[in-house]
Amino acid sequence: MKNTLRQVFHSSKFVGGFTIFVLILLTMIIYPLFNPGNPLQQIGVGTFAKPGTYVNLYDATKAPTETFRLEDAAEKRMANSLSEEDKVAMVEWFTAVEADISDLDTSDTDKMLEMWEQYYDPTVKPKGMIRAKINYYKRLDNALKELGSGDTVIIADKDETGALVETKKILDTDYVNTNAVANVKSLPLGTDNFGRDVLKELVSATGTSIRIGLIAGIVATLIGLTLGLLAGYVGGFLDDFIMFITNIFTVIPGFVLLILISYSLGQEQRGAAVVATVIGFTSWTWTCRSVRSQVISLRNRDHVNLSKLSGHSLFRIVLTDILPYIASYVVMAFILQVSSGILSEAQLSLLGLGPKTTEVPTLGLMMNWAMLYSAHTNGSWWAYFPVILTITLISFSLNLMNTGLDQVFNPTLRD
Amino acid sequence: MKGYRKYFGKKILWFVITFIVAVVLNFVLPRLMPADPVAAITGKLAEGNSDASAVAEIYERYQKEFGTNLPMIEQFFRFCKNAIHGNFGLSFSQYPRSVSNIITSAIGWTIALQFPAIIVGWLLGNILGALAAYIRKGYDKVLLPVALFLGNVPAFGMAVVMLVIFGVYLKIAPIAGGYAYDMIPHLSWDFIKSVISHYQLPFWSIVLVSIGGQAVGMRSMSIYELNADYVKYSRFLGIKDRKIVGYVFRNAMLPQVTGLAMSIGTMIGGALVAEIIFSYPGLGSTMYTAVTAADYPLISATTLIITIMVLLVTLFLDIIYGFIDPRVKAAQFE
Repeated sequence: MKNTLRQVFHSSKFVGGFTIFVLILLTMIIYPLFNPGNPLQQIGVGTFAKPGTYVNLYDATKAPTETFRLEDAAEKRMANSLSEEDKVAMVEWFTAVEADISDLDTSDTDKMLEMWEQYYDPTVKPKGMIRAKINYYKRLDNALKELGSGDTVIIADKDETGALVETKKILDTDYVNTNAVANVKSLPLGTDNFGRDVLKELVSATGTSIRIGLIAGIVATLIGLTLGLLAGYVGGFLDDFIMFITNIFTVIPGFVLLILISYSLGQEQRGAAVVATVIGFTSWTWTCRSVRSQVISLRNRDHVNLSKLSGHSLFRIVLTDILPYIASYVVMAFILQVSSGILSEAQLSLLGLGPKTTEVPTLGLMMNWAMLYSAHTNGSWWAYFPVILTITLISFSLNLMNTGLDQVFNPTLRD
Repeated sequence: MKGYRKYFGKKILWFVITFIVAVVLNFVLPRLMPADPVAAITGKLAEGNSDASAVAEIYERYQKEFGTNLPMIEQFFRFCKNAIHGNFGLSFSQYPRSVSNIITSAIGWTIALQFPAIIVGWLLGNILGALAAYIRKGYDKVLLPVALFLGNVPAFGMAVVMLVIFGVYLKIAPIAGGYAYDMIPHLSWDFIKSVISHYQLPFWSIVLVSIGGQAVGMRSMSIYELNADYVKYSRFLGIKDRKIVGYVFRNAMLPQVTGLAMSIGTMIGGALVAEIIFSYPGLGSTMYTAVTAADYPLISATTLIITIMVLLVTLFLDIIYGFIDPRVKAAQFE
C-alpha cells in the first residue's frame, strides 16, 4: 500500500492534477474564512458591476486629504473620460480638416490630444458636416479644456434655511489614503446580474459542485461496483440479467434519462443532493462494465479458488480476494465519475433543470444566470469566464490524476 | 458471411430491445414521479385564476388530452400508436403548432451540425493522437497537456468562449441563430451563404471539444500497440517501419470506433447544450425552450427523438465495426 502510494506520487501527471485539485479545495475552505457571509446576498443594486476596488465616495470626501503634484494626473484624467466614440469622432474631425492621420494610434491618448489642440478650430466648418455634429465637437472641446484646467469640485451642505453652504473644496491635486476611507469594497470579479459578489459566489458554487460530483461519483461507483462484482463473480443467470440491463443503459443516453427524471421531479423537489443522486443513478453503467471484465479475469485465479475451497463466504471472497485487485480501477473510475458528474450538473442547469435556485449556487446555475442575462454579449466576462475556467480546471485536474494513475497501474502505457 | 449475419442479427435484436426499453422509459418515467404532470401544467395555465370550477375544467381537459384518466397499459398503447403516426400532440408553448412539426424543422439543423462536427473532431483527434504517440519527444510533451485541457473544456464553455472571441470582439461571425433573422428559409445563394456563416462557430466549437478527448485516447492506444510484442517481432524480422506503423494504427483505431460508439450519447448531449448558447435552431434549443415554458409534450418528444438518434448512430457504428474488425465476427463463434 505504502509502496503503491509512493509510486503514485512519483507520477508527474498525477501530482500535477492532485496539486491543482488540492489548491481548488483549499481556496474553497480558506476563502470563506476571510470573506464570510451568504454568497447569495445581493450587495449591488445594479447588474454586472465591473471587477475592481470600490471606494465609498461619501466616506472619501470626508477623509483627510494630502496634496500631490503628479505630472501625468491631468492626462490620465482625460484619457479616462475620453470614450471610444469620442476618439472615433476626433479621428473623423482630423480627416475632415485633412490632417495627416497615417501614423495615428487611437490608443495613444497623448498624441490624440496633442493633435486635437493643433487641428481643432471652432471657427472652421468642414464641408458637408451637419450643425449637430459641429456643436458636438464644440462640447467635446469644452469638456476636454475643463478637464485640463484644474477646476474644483465643491461640497456643500444644506443649512437650516435650506440654502447650500460650501463646506469643502476638492482640488484636482487632492489625494485620499484608501486606509483612511471607512468603506472600501474589493470585488476582484465584480458582481453578477443580481448584484452578488461573483468571487464569493464562485467559491461557494465550486464547493457545491464538487460535492455534487462526489455524491454522484459515490452513487454511480457503488451501484456499478456492486453490480459488476455480482455479475463478474457469480456469473450465470445473474450475469446475463445484469449485463442485459447494463447494455441497455449504456446505449440509452444518460443525458436523456437525466432530463426526463429532473423534469418530472419538478423544481421544488430538486435540491443539490437530489440532482447529484439522479446523476449518479444515470451514469453507473460504465463502471459496472469495466469492473465486471476485471472480475472475470480474476475469478479463476489460484488464490480465489483456494478461498473457495476453504469455504469462505461469497462476501468475504469478494472483499478480501477480489476487491484489492481491482481497487485501482475502481478509484480511477470514481475520479472520472466525479468529473463527469460536475459536468452533468452544469449542463442540466444550463437547460434550466438544475438544482433549486434559492438555496445554493452551483457552477452550472452561475453559468445559467450569466447566459440568461446575456453576460456573453454585453461584455461582462467576469460573470461566465471564471465559471468555465473553474469547471475546466476541476475536470482537467481529475483527468490528469486519472491519466497518472493509469500509467502507474498499466505499465504498457508508461512513457 | 454466416458470421456477419449472426453478428448483425444480434446487433439489430439488441437495437430493438433497447428501443422498446427506451420508449417505455420515456413513457413511464414522467408518470412514475410523485408530481402529476397534468396538475403541474394546469397549475401553470391557471395561474391567477381563482375560479375553482374553471381550474377543474382545465385539469379535466388536459387529463382527457393526455389520457391520464385511462389505465396505465391503455395509455401506453395510445402513446405508441400516436408516436408511430408521428403524432405527439400539440405544443403548449408554440400553440397551435404540432410537436412533430416543431421537431421536423429542428432535427435537420441538429443532424447537419453535430454529425459532421463530431466526425471531423474524431478524425482530427485521432490523427493528432497517433502523431503524438509516434513522434513523442517535444511534440508529445506539448500536445498531451493541451489536448487534455481542451478535452476538459465543457462544450458549452467552448461555445461561449468562441462566441465572445470571434462573434462579439472580432465580429467575423454572427453570434446567434442558424441564419440571418431577416431571412425566411428558402433555396437561394444568399440564404446558403448566411447559413454557412452561422454554421462556423457552433461547428468549430464542437470540433475543438471532441479533438481533445479523442487525441488523448488515441495516443495511449497507439503507445500500447507500439509496445506490443508483434511490433518488436516485426522489427526483428526487418519489416519496414512504415508498414509496421500502418498495422499499429489500424489496431489502435479499432477501440477508438467502439469508444466513439460508447461516448456518442454524451457527446451529443454536450453538443445539444452548446446549441443553446448559439440559439442554433436545432433540437437543443427546442428542448431549452420546451423546458423553460414547461411544454411537456415537446420535452417528451424531443427526448424520444434524441434517444432514437443516438440508438441509430450506435447501431450504425456497431455494424461498421463488424466490417473493419474481423475478430468481432469471429468472437460470435466462441
